[in-house]
Amino acid sequence: MADVPAYERPTNMMFQSYALFPHMTVEKNVAFGLEQDHVPKLDIADRVHDILKLVELEDFKKRKPKQLSGGQRQRVALARALVKRPKLLLLDEPLAALDKKLRKQTQFELANIQDKVGVTFIVVTHDQEEAMTLSSRMAVMDAGRFKQIGTPTEIYEFPESRFVADFIGSANIFEGRVTEDGADHVRVETEFCEVYIDHGHSVKAGSKIWVALRPEKIRLEKSDTIAEGANQTAAVIDDVGYLGETSIYKVRLPNGEIFDVTQPNQSRPTHAAQRLTWEDKVNISWDPSSAMLLHS
Amino acid sequence: MTDFTEDMSEPPQVERQPMNRLVMRCIQSRWRQIVTVIPFFWLLVFFLAPFFIVAKISLAELAIASPPFTSLIEWTGDGIMTIRLVFDNFVYIWEDSLYFDTYVNSLKISVTCTFLCLLFGYPIAYAIVRSGPVAKPLLLFAIILPFWTSFLLRVYSWMGLLADQGTINNLLIALGVIDEPIRMLYTEFAVYIGIVYTYMPFMILPLYANMEKLDNSLNEAAADLGSKPTNTFFKITLPLTIPGIVAGSLLVFIPATGEYVIPDLLGGGNVQMIGRVLYNEFSRNSDWPVAAAVAIVLLFILVLPIMVFQHYQGKAAEEQ
Repeated sequence: MADVPAYERPTNMMFQSYALFPHMTVEKNVAFGLEQDHVPKLDIADRVHDILKLVELEDFKKRKPKQLSGGQRQRVALARALVKRPKLLLLDEPLAALDKKLRKQTQFELANIQDKVGVTFIVVTHDQEEAMTLSSRMAVMDAGRFKQIGTPTEIYEFPESRFVADFIGSANIFEGRVTEDGADHVRVETEFCEVYIDHGHSVKAGSKIWVALRPEKIRLEKSDTIAEGANQTAAVIDDVGYLGETSIYKVRLPNGEIFDVTQPNQSRPTHAAQRLTWEDKVNISWDPSSAMLLHS
Repeated sequence: MTDFTEDMSEPPQVERQPMNRLVMRCIQSRWRQIVTVIPFFWLLVFFLAPFFIVAKISLAELAIASPPFTSLIEWTGDGIMTIRLVFDNFVYIWEDSLYFDTYVNSLKISVTCTFLCLLFGYPIAYAIVRSGPVAKPLLLFAIILPFWTSFLLRVYSWMGLLADQGTINNLLIALGVIDEPIRMLYTEFAVYIGIVYTYMPFMILPLYANMEKLDNSLNEAAADLGSKPTNTFFKITLPLTIPGIVAGSLLVFIPATGEYVIPDLLGGGNVQMIGRVLYNEFSRNSDWPVAAAVAIVLLFILVLPIMVFQHYQGKAAEEQ
């Protein structure tokens, strides 16, 4: 495909800056691609009308790009790229120019439109949340190389490398040594507790390995007694961040390592004693399925 | 002791402060008016007042006096004021085909030169915009470089180049391309060369400024939508550079129409342009009124394209 000039490729692209032609109306912008293909005039009118209806811009077809809002321009750019019915649509940071609230709303719109037209979208984004919402299959790239390819769930729950675990979502990453490698379980020894994982990994006993734990998969309980056993340890709350829907706690483990733990604020704290606060002694624990072993 | 004098000097300062503040507030609230007055004042002193003087002279009659024209206002006897406006000069210009033909010839030359400047200037401006980070400032510098030499000197050097025994003819004869010198100096051809050469930067620079602002992703988007490069140029690049084309064309057309030095030096007596006629009326014939009338008519011929330009500017500003 690299040898084929851009104007002959059966794919289309939506530009990050939208690259709408400022001297043409919305209608003309969308029709431009069809005119290049010498589609009959009547067909052009029909297809432009249909696609503008799909992106809900029929009322704006006589306007120039400068007279539109950011979200409307984004939809014109999408319509212009889609109207040619490409085999593949490449979207370069399609939502980067929108503000946060509009971005969230548009993510779902984009997914719905994709569903209706049935064209394969390749979306380039640095927004992990956007990548998760939009994609059925995602690839994490680092310095031009694929690090991991899979469904959003696969990537999030089973990251293969430190880079992927750290890049998609947040993760507490710590070092351990494999003590036991069974067919259906793995035991890893760390500086603060033993980590038991209830599924097999192809790792060698005795080898050093990185383990990752998602902050939302860690349970936090107020406790004065020191927890013992696998997948749990005592800790002290070092810092608290109240985000409204969730709270984020920075807890100090016995070895001095700091873990991020997020907890949903499911009920309103009725009195101060219920609330976890600075210097509280706590126990943290997690399910045997939660810890993730990173191979690199 | 020093403390004491300082104490003494303080109270008057406190009293003066409100006064200062008042002045400051007055300046602040009137700032908009003050700022707009400056350009108006400039136009009044350097454009409108001279214009009225020239207009006044154009409505007077030639007289053997100093300055050589009659005054419009005369006081006769018992405090009666007579204003005499003479339109003979305009009628004379209209009836004598010399003037009409010269206007037409001037316009023909300036329109052709504007077109030639656009034809050569557009690709040059485009190439500069597309050139690399090292070449670009050098190329721009090369465009501006001629301004560092006197305009007259540059026209004189063209005389040296184009003369019968000039550099170009001598070179061609030495190379055996021609046997006899080609007559170039004192022809319309030389005037075209002179004007196009002189005014080319005025075409290139506005075009460059316009093209520099164009987003290259527009070209990429057009290619992505299936447009071939030539089509992209005519459908996208050209329409978006119209403001630059209009600005550059006016900057060439307006001064080229009234050009005096180039037709005089490079065209000799063979090329009639209105600037030369105006100069001859003024200095050789000492006919100030006719010269003034010629200038007024020229001004009105040029006002039209300026208004078109203003219209485009207004439209462009509206869109932004």
